[in-house]
Amino acid sequence: MLTPIHLDLLHLIEENSRRTPDILAAIVGREVNEVKAMIQDMENAKIILRYSATINWEKVETNRVTAFIDVKVTPQRGVGFDSIAERIYRFPEVRSVSLMSGAYDLSIAVEGSSIQEVARFVSDKLSTIEHIISTTTHFKLKTYKQEGVIFEDQEEDHRLVISP
Amino acid sequence: MSISVNSIASRLSPIVNDLPPSGIRRFFELANSLEGVISLGVGEPDFRTPWHVREACVYSLEKGYTGYSANAGHPELCAAISNYLERRFDVSYHPGSEILVTVGASEAIDLALRTLLLPGEEVLIPEPAYVSYRPCTLLAGGKPVGVPTSADDEFRMRAADLEAAITPLSKAVILCYPSNPTGSTLSRADLEQLAEVIIRHDLFVIADEIYAELTYQGEHVSIASLPGMKERTILVSGMSKAFAMTGWRIGYACTNAEILHGMYKIHQYSIMCAPITGQMAAIEALTRGETEKDRMVHSYDQRRRFIVNAFRDLGLDCHEPKGAFYAFPSIKSTGLSSEQFAELALIHAKVAMVPGSVFGDSGEGFLRASYATSIDSLQEAIERLDGFLSRLRRGDIDL
Repeated sequence: MLTPIHLDLLHLIEENSRRTPDILAAIVGREVNEVKAMIQDMENAKIILRYSATINWEKVETNRVTAFIDVKVTPQRGVGFDSIAERIYRFPEVRSVSLMSGAYDLSIAVEGSSIQEVARFVSDKLSTIEHIISTTTHFKLKTYKQEGVIFEDQEEDHRLVISP
Repeated sequence: MSISVNSIASRLSPIVNDLPPSGIRRFFELANSLEGVISLGVGEPDFRTPWHVREACVYSLEKGYTGYSANAGHPELCAAISNYLERRFDVSYHPGSEILVTVGASEAIDLALRTLLLPGEEVLIPEPAYVSYRPCTLLAGGKPVGVPTSADDEFRMRAADLEAAITPLSKAVILCYPSNPTGSTLSRADLEQLAEVIIRHDLFVIADEIYAELTYQGEHVSIASLPGMKERTILVSGMSKAFAMTGWRIGYACTNAEILHGMYKIHQYSIMCAPITGQMAAIEALTRGETEKDRMVHSYDQRRRFIVNAFRDLGLDCHEPKGAFYAFPSIKSTGLSSEQFAELALIHAKVAMVPGSVFGDSGEGFLRASYATSIDSLQEAIERLDGFLSRLRRGDIDL
């Protein structure tokens, strides 16, 4: 059973996963050991899956191409979309897979080192999976905001250093 | 013909000439001259005004809201204020006759003092107190009378202390709870005891409740909601703190129609009206800003717990501030004055705080540390202060 303190911890860790249990304990007003146990419980329950950073890869000199692919599928009797989703998310090129409502069924993010590599993945591997009816591929041109983080935030702190 | 500066000064109002310069000015200049300062000296939110409020303001400009509003404020805003106060704080004011929109809460305080005071009448101010109350009282022809509070009472003004300071010239009390600079709050029981004294001595109250939403333990009680208090209370608040709208300069005063009419006359002749752009933004914030406001308040509460714990871990006594966004740690154990400590911390740790003495004599021995800054910056500030205090205690810092 998650308490409001658990939720606070999740938000705080999601915002900055480098915060130590000491700091987190002070922020939520609990003992350090209690906070450590809560985090351990959430790791065991696979609520916290890993601790990672948000990186603006567009500032790094790499050949990284990301495509978002809308996939329509025919769900399978007994297992629905899950079985097809699993066949897709096992590919290392696939960064995320989500089941969607609306005009298509699965939303997939794929990464490759070139447009050609992503295109090959779609035509050779993705489109050939049984029960996939169609794919629509969109290549990402620029990221403005991701995981709640604005990448090139023009807003600065204009406050006076000291004010009454 | 040239006129010497000295002769000009001698011809200015003696009230203005005698006003002491702001105690924070020296620190402001020192902090500005240093690179890499983390400021815990800021009396305003670090959050930007929520985007939906800014967007509503842009829309209002596109729709041509660029002129004067009614003197008392745009009727839609007065109605929004009335609804908001009733919903949040159980106080009822008629939007057409008991609410005045002002240029920040500061204007409302100035208007209240100028409307209430006869020359020489006294205004009782629990101290440590916000820096403007004394000068505004003097400018209104009154006499400020400090009522010291202490850390032992969590800087709450006690009814007995208030009563002891009352003289035949006493006219009004300024209550600022949650408090800038101490973060202290008053419970309903505290307020009832004060109200009894206030009614018995027939005083007015200027209730500066600008930090009311930033109450972290218990619920904020407006003194105006207590029996017999509404007619003698001028409730002052505004958009700055809870809605992160300091620069928009939208405040308001709520009181009975007779007092408000007096304030209205001064406002009408000296200000005309609060800026319409800010008023349009305030309507959006008051009617649709609850979620964003709650998110900011929750964040302040987290930082509050962090910083109070951190000061105590540094070996500095720190009473628990239950409101606003200030901690008020004691630095008496260091043997330094507030000003000395603040200056040395600024120079050696590059952490800016405001000496408690700026807020009245009873603030001596304390610092005001604002936690309206990110937790990561607070953490860095505390690490710097830890190093600074270690060097100070070892005698490695020249005093």
